[in-house]
Amino acid sequence: MNRRKFLSLTSAGIVAATSPVNCRSASAAAEGHPEAAGVLHDSTLCIGCRSCEAACQSVNAAILPKPENYKIPEKPFYDRSVLATKRRTDFQRFTVVNRYDIEDRRPVHRKFQCNHCIEPACASACFVKALYKTPEGPVLYRPELCVGCRYCMVACPFFVPTYDYNNARNPLIYKCTMCVPRLASGELPGCVSRCPEKALIFGKRSELLKIAKERIAESPEKYVNHIYGEHEAGGTCWLYLSPVPHTLLDQPEVGNEPASRLTSGILESAGMTAGILSVLLGAVCFLGRRHKNGAAEIDGARASGGGAHTEVFEGDKEDGQ
Amino acid sequence: MTSGHTDGQGLKGRVKRNGLIFIILFVGLGLTLLRFTGGIGAVTNLSDRNPWGFWMAFDLLCGIAVSAGGFAVASAYYIFGFKRFHVYVRAALTTAFLGYFFEVIALLYEVGQPWRLVYPFFLSQGTTSVLFLVGLCVALYLAVLFGELLPALFERLGRKKARATAVRLAAPLAVIGAVIAVIHQSSLGSLYLIVPSKMHPLWYSRFMPLFFLLSSLFAGLSMVVVEGGLAHKFMRGCADDRHVRDADRAVPACGKGACLFMFGYFIVKCMELVASDNVGHLYTGYGAWFLLELAGGVALPAFMYFAGVRKGRTNLIQGAAIITVLGVILNRFNVSLVAFNYNLPAAERYFPSWMEITISVFLVTLLVIAYRSICSQMPILRTHENYEKEIQ
Repeated sequence: MNRRKFLSLTSAGIVAATSPVNCRSASAAAEGHPEAAGVLHDSTLCIGCRSCEAACQSVNAAILPKPENYKIPEKPFYDRSVLATKRRTDFQRFTVVNRYDIEDRRPVHRKFQCNHCIEPACASACFVKALYKTPEGPVLYRPELCVGCRYCMVACPFFVPTYDYNNARNPLIYKCTMCVPRLASGELPGCVSRCPEKALIFGKRSELLKIAKERIAESPEKYVNHIYGEHEAGGTCWLYLSPVPHTLLDQPEVGNEPASRLTSGILESAGMTAGILSVLLGAVCFLGRRHKNGAAEIDGARASGGGAHTEVFEGDKEDGQ
Repeated sequence: MTSGHTDGQGLKGRVKRNGLIFIILFVGLGLTLLRFTGGIGAVTNLSDRNPWGFWMAFDLLCGIAVSAGGFAVASAYYIFGFKRFHVYVRAALTTAFLGYFFEVIALLYEVGQPWRLVYPFFLSQGTTSVLFLVGLCVALYLAVLFGELLPALFERLGRKKARATAVRLAAPLAVIGAVIAVIHQSSLGSLYLIVPSKMHPLWYSRFMPLFFLLSSLFAGLSMVVVEGGLAHKFMRGCADDRHVRDADRAVPACGKGACLFMFGYFIVKCMELVASDNVGHLYTGYGAWFLLELAGGVALPAFMYFAGVRKGRTNLIQGAAIITVLGVILNRFNVSLVAFNYNLPAAERYFPSWMEITISVFLVTLLVIAYRSICSQMPILRTHENYEKEIQ
């Protein structure tokens, strides 16, 4: 074994180790916690009254930062003209409703907030575990740990986490908590409790799925045959029914693979790579030095007429072919 | 030792240059003040949809890629025994050390609460995050690089015994450094594995870790050539004659190495293009841009390297090195800014503000000043007079 052999082995090792070794099947969506809670939004029932926005604001007012020159709501909650402008959540509001005017039918309203994934990308991406999934369903945030790297915002396929960019002293991530304090005291999430049309239903995710499927089966002409959130990104606790394809409501196609599975392979292999590489590179380094020293000895032996080492030298050379 | 009069520039030139540096430092300090009093939002165009911007692309992805010269050269010399590279070892390690050091400085601007940057190590380890791996590698590699530069430091301080120990540690440290650097370079590519739905399919690939590793190797080797050329032009006073001579002789060796890695990179990129069924995307605007990156930033300079090494033309190799570095910078920008969020409407896309770019220019200026002063104070581009005998 000499340096050249090791070189080929090493290069093979590097390629093997830096390639994804993600062999797990991604076909089956994650089951997650069977008892997890969620919300079903039926956009055929939603009338865009913004009651959920108002409720969310009043429930969460205490934890939202209130910088100067920043006014939420930009228009009072009874003013429905803002529905037509394409709004998104930010560090001042956890939810918004947008109106989508689609030809030949009455407008469709879509509610936007954290989807509380079964295997959240944000939690998987957080390098201090500030974001985490609870067995009860909500994806929660520990602000006291957050470094502000914003990798969660990069990772989230739904563009949910928002950041308080203009805060120099304590900038944090803001997103919907599924009203965890209210759930703890047996109340409904703010938005669900205030919905006058029952477009929002709170319950166990498994039961909500059943309801959604029944609704589609009962009136297939009313809905597209797709429950957004059933499989998206491995499944989310919020589920959506729509009369039009979900992509028309800015609900992107994100694939069914949960985020954690996209990176677990490479992370698991990192330790292995380090181990294999250190042995291989160490051996190359060591063998190279030994070879050099050996060659020096042989040169010395040759000069003094000794022939015993020559064979070793030749053999070594052959080994290297 | 350090003075400018050997730099081959007139007094006028120096005044102009120093004036420019003064302006950059002045504006940079002002913007730094604004960043830490007004928040990230006061100096950047970042938004809730575009949380990472110019700093991430340039300071971190590009900065670390071109810093790979340190581990590439140290591995070539200490592990694989290519003697030619000896002349570049200290210069490349200094660059890598400063590159990583200023990455950490850039992180202080980039993250919202930089005083919490130690949290992932000591308070709460998010081991499911690629970013955790990246952070760990930065911290460890910075320490290793410092260890690798200790011989030069002890020579400067005249500590013979300490220097002897440090020299003996050089090879083991080179092995450890290579392992960490390989993981780190590839993990920067792994950062984007988590966003398949947000990234253009021409750039998103399961093999991004491998692409980042291979491209960092030729980016690093090319940067060594570029930097050698610049140092000999503008910092002649810090280098001795032997260093300049050996460095010129070692240019083709870097060229060979870079050319080899570029060939491998080109092959795997093409294979992945076909394997992931993305050839159809080549006929779009993004496809043209992708081809420009691959043909102009990899194939062309690889060919120039090949021709330059065959014909022994140093200036062709140096030209190839410059194009290669620019090509890798283009690649990192494409991955993190062009391909990322490609399906958002134009109004919601990100474009850097002048302040973000200026802060990066400010940090690069500080890096160059640090590099110059290290080279003038320590035996990086020259042999220390006490140890001339040791080098054959």
